[in-house]
Amino acid sequence: MQSKYNVLIIGGGPGGAMAGKAVAEAGLSCCIIEKRPAIGAPVRCAEGVGQEISKLVDLDPKWISSKINGAQLVAPDGQVLELNPEMAGNEVGYVLDRKIFDRELVWKAANAGCDVFVKSRASSAIIKDGKVCGAIIETGGKTVEVFADIVIAADGVESKFARWCGIDTTVPMAEIETCVQYLMTDIDIDPGLNAFYLGREVAPEGYIWIFSKGKRTANVGIGISGKMCSEGKRPKDYLDAFIAEHLPNGKIIELMAGGVSACKPLECTVADGLIIVGDAARLSDPITGGGIINAMYTGKLAGSVAAECIAAGDCSKKALIKYDTEWRCSKMGKGLKRNYQVKEIFIKLKDEKLNSIVNSVNKLDMEIFDTKYLIRELVKYNPWLLKDIKTLRRLLD
Amino acid sequence: MIKVFKMLIIKREVCGYCGACVSVCPEGALELVDAYLTVDPETCIECGICSRICPLGALEVKNAE
Ligand SMILES: Cc1cc2nc3c(=O)[nH]c(=O)nc-3n(C[C@H](O)[C@H](O)[C@H](O)COP(=O)(O)OP(=O)(O)OC[C@H]3O[C@@H](n4cnc5c(N)ncnc54)[C@H](O)[C@@H]3O)c2cc1C
Ligand code: SF4
Ligand code: SF4
Repeated sequence: MQSKYNVLIIGGGPGGAMAGKAVAEAGLSCCIIEKRPAIGAPVRCAEGVGQEISKLVDLDPKWISSKINGAQLVAPDGQVLELNPEMAGNEVGYVLDRKIFDRELVWKAANAGCDVFVKSRASSAIIKDGKVCGAIIETGGKTVEVFADIVIAADGVESKFARWCGIDTTVPMAEIETCVQYLMTDIDIDPGLNAFYLGREVAPEGYIWIFSKGKRTANVGIGISGKMCSEGKRPKDYLDAFIAEHLPNGKIIELMAGGVSACKPLECTVADGLIIVGDAARLSDPITGGGIINAMYTGKLAGSVAAECIAAGDCSKKALIKYDTEWRCSKMGKGLKRNYQVKEIFIKLKDEKLNSIVNSVNKLDMEIFDTKYLIRELVKYNPWLLKDIKTLRRLLD
Repeated sequence: MIKVFKMLIIKREVCGYCGACVSVCPEGALELVDAYLTVDPETCIECGICSRICPLGALEVKNAE
């Protein structure tokens, strides 16, 4: 590990990896530090991504556990709404194998020239005259100082680095989705379908997912609002009850826990010498909890803005704000803003209303496979939604 | 009168080292060191938010003598 890099990246998830690759490709020195001993493991994710991931990276079949060509939305009363692409059979997304995927993204960064250190943890920030100048790193039993023109905080849901730089990254209790997931095998599923189960009894202010990992295998998980979580009513309790009812003969071959933020993004995602990306910036989708693509997109953007600012000799907040402005104006930024407001509306809906929404139509051909399109279509079949919820119309324009 | 001190207990054998608690701690008192969670007792205010949201129930605010 050098004592000085142009860019130091905290965290080797998809956000950090894409940032490292972008910086290295611009010809600057950079280093990714990851506190875990292995990139991508243990997996803390349901691994579902939309088709649009191919805009950010050339997909390799090795990374893909399952190709997805449809979804099922299951209402609290058990009614099923089938979502299909307009062209039946078309791929709408993938369930990745993140153990391989995350590692390959870091490989790509390394091959481009970025240094990588695992089992190396940032334990605080180096700040001089209010500017972030590097990090204190614990590595192999030693404590070292590493300086950088810009630090990119890609440290995921924990988001401690930005906190050490004086930015409050606390997720409100009601806006953390607290999650448990099993990798299950020997279960009857359609390998091309992902399923979502809704309802207060099933998963209060969240959902249960079954994401196909191939034949007879799936990520079966749950996220519920932190507000709804308490002793005896933890996500694991709900998930175990669901499995006893729906998948009693399945075998659990992996258990993991996790947290996904469903709050608004940080008010500002840059400071003097600092850029914050992905989950650390609270950029996972407030409705679906998806954050892989958002982390990749912001990681890449952060890497290229960092390279530009270093070349221009100005790493101040004023120069780096370009990054913040650009993602907020992007399709992703606008989507996050809209979905936060839509989430606020939908979590308040009673089970009876959810039942009647799902009941109104049993199949949808989706021209575009995303939440905005889905909600627009559902509103067509349930015009009362617009009457009940005055703000919804504006959100769907 | 005896003053009751509170403290946060981490049940290591239950914890799945996922970091959800770290993200909600208003004081930044929790730290995930690879595969184990630590609490800084000086910083923790025993608010109990982390123990509320832990997906596995690995945290508990207890009275200590
Ligand atoms: C249960 C669950 C299900 C999910 N399902 C989906 C899904 O289906 N689809 C989807 O798109 N998203 C999903 N997500 C969200 C997705 O996992 C994240 O949005 C994504 O991983 C964010 O990438 P990132 O690079 O920002 O952070 P991460 O992938 O979390 O990477 C951060 C890295 O930083 C490291 N780190 C942290 N602190 C330090 C430090 N101090 N020093 C060094 N290294 C550090 C961590 O060990 C970690 O490896 C899910 C999340 C959970 C919890
Ligand atoms: S939220 Fe619970 S399981 Fe996750 S790291 Fe904290 S104590 Fe461990
Ligand atoms: S009890 Fe409150 S202050 Fe203490 S670690 Fe938990 S969330 Fe943080």
